[in-house]
Amino acid sequence: MTGLLAVIRRELQLALRQAGDSAVVVLFFVLATVLFPFGVGPEPNMLARIAAGVLWVAALLAAMLSFERLFQPDYEDGGLEQLALAPLPLEAVVLAKSCAHWLVTGLPLIVAAPVLGILLNLPAAGFASLLATMALGTPTISLIGAVGAALTLGARRGGVLLSLLVLPLVVPVLIFGAAGIDAAVAGMAVRPHLAMLGGLLLGALVLCPWAGAAALRQALE
Amino acid sequence: MIRFAGQGLACRRGERLVFARLDFSLEPGDALVLTGRNGSGKTSLLRLAAGLTPPAAGRLAWHDGPVADEPQRHRSRLHYVGHLDAVKPALTAIENLQGWASLRGGDGTRAHRALDAFGLGALADAPARYLSAGQRRRLALCRLLASEAALWLLDEPTVALDRESVAAVHEVLARHRDAGGMAMIATNVDLAIGGVRTLALAGFTPAEVDDTALAS
Repeated sequence: MTGLLAVIRRELQLALRQAGDSAVVVLFFVLATVLFPFGVGPEPNMLARIAAGVLWVAALLAAMLSFERLFQPDYEDGGLEQLALAPLPLEAVVLAKSCAHWLVTGLPLIVAAPVLGILLNLPAAGFASLLATMALGTPTISLIGAVGAALTLGARRGGVLLSLLVLPLVVPVLIFGAAGIDAAVAGMAVRPHLAMLGGLLLGALVLCPWAGAAALRQALE
Repeated sequence: MIRFAGQGLACRRGERLVFARLDFSLEPGDALVLTGRNGSGKTSLLRLAAGLTPPAAGRLAWHDGPVADEPQRHRSRLHYVGHLDAVKPALTAIENLQGWASLRGGDGTRAHRALDAFGLGALADAPARYLSAGQRRRLALCRLLASEAALWLLDEPTVALDRESVAAVHEVLARHRDAGGMAMIATNVDLAIGGVRTLALAGFTPAEVDDTALAS
């Protein structure tokens, strides 16, 4: 447990020194969302209709930008060897890295989402659900992304490969995330969607550290 | 008594068998220097001993059990300083060192003493991006002192170091061995430390070992 916290602390320390990396992700999220009113036209009802889907897709694409830097710097400078030789399981390292990734990218995305919701004329009934689905969905994205990042270590053009690998896997999160917001707007039950997102998160919590660690071992050999 | 040994080790890199039927054993105070030409498997043997790569054949064991049974205990007993320094340019020297030490239960005072031992005390709060290649190397070597470990696995520890720093490495190694520590050192440079044993990897290349090595 102390090892886990030590890894998270080191990651946060690094993220604070390189705050630009997280800022780029949030700025991409903002920019990608802002492009939609230009593309589909500023008609308020149209924007309200597509807001939930646009926010979730933009958040997913923004998150993709950040995964390449999750293990690559450590892989190149030898830090990954040291993490693999630390007296804690490699699974715990992957979990700690995913947690830290969520804190420095997932959390800022959640904070930015309501502001962009206003911009897209998201009906007032949808905001609570937007925050709830984001809070449950973004950790899952961090965990699945960590597996993709570990699998593409050392690959040429790993960033593109990573997106091709991860995006199909996060489609369930997108479906239930956007549907949860739409349900709230339509006055239907949100709970089933949140339950699905929660289930996906629990599944990812169990499987992803294990799969990520296996991929890291492969990369280190 | 503490003992670390490898038996019948073989290492395969891709399709190529780098070495086979290699035995070694280390007891408290021992230093084993690995010699051999480039590509003879010095680094491979160190990575294998660290547990970063699984051996193609053979086994590694401590006096109280095989490495494969308790990999975590094995990792807590060793320090590995490889070709890569694991230094983050964005952090200061002391932050770099403490980050690694805290994973292994080292504390702040030990980290500062480690920096002093390798002459980096004055640079503790300097961002690592301003350190020279030799200073980064010394910062990597500081990890050896920042937390306790019985077995040191060192890959060309003196590369890029000036004469004073090489002397510091020798002194630190001598103290480690006096305290009952063990070391495996891959190097092409003659180390001025006494009482070392040498393992010439040339004797274990597949050309020297007959084909049955593969089967066994």
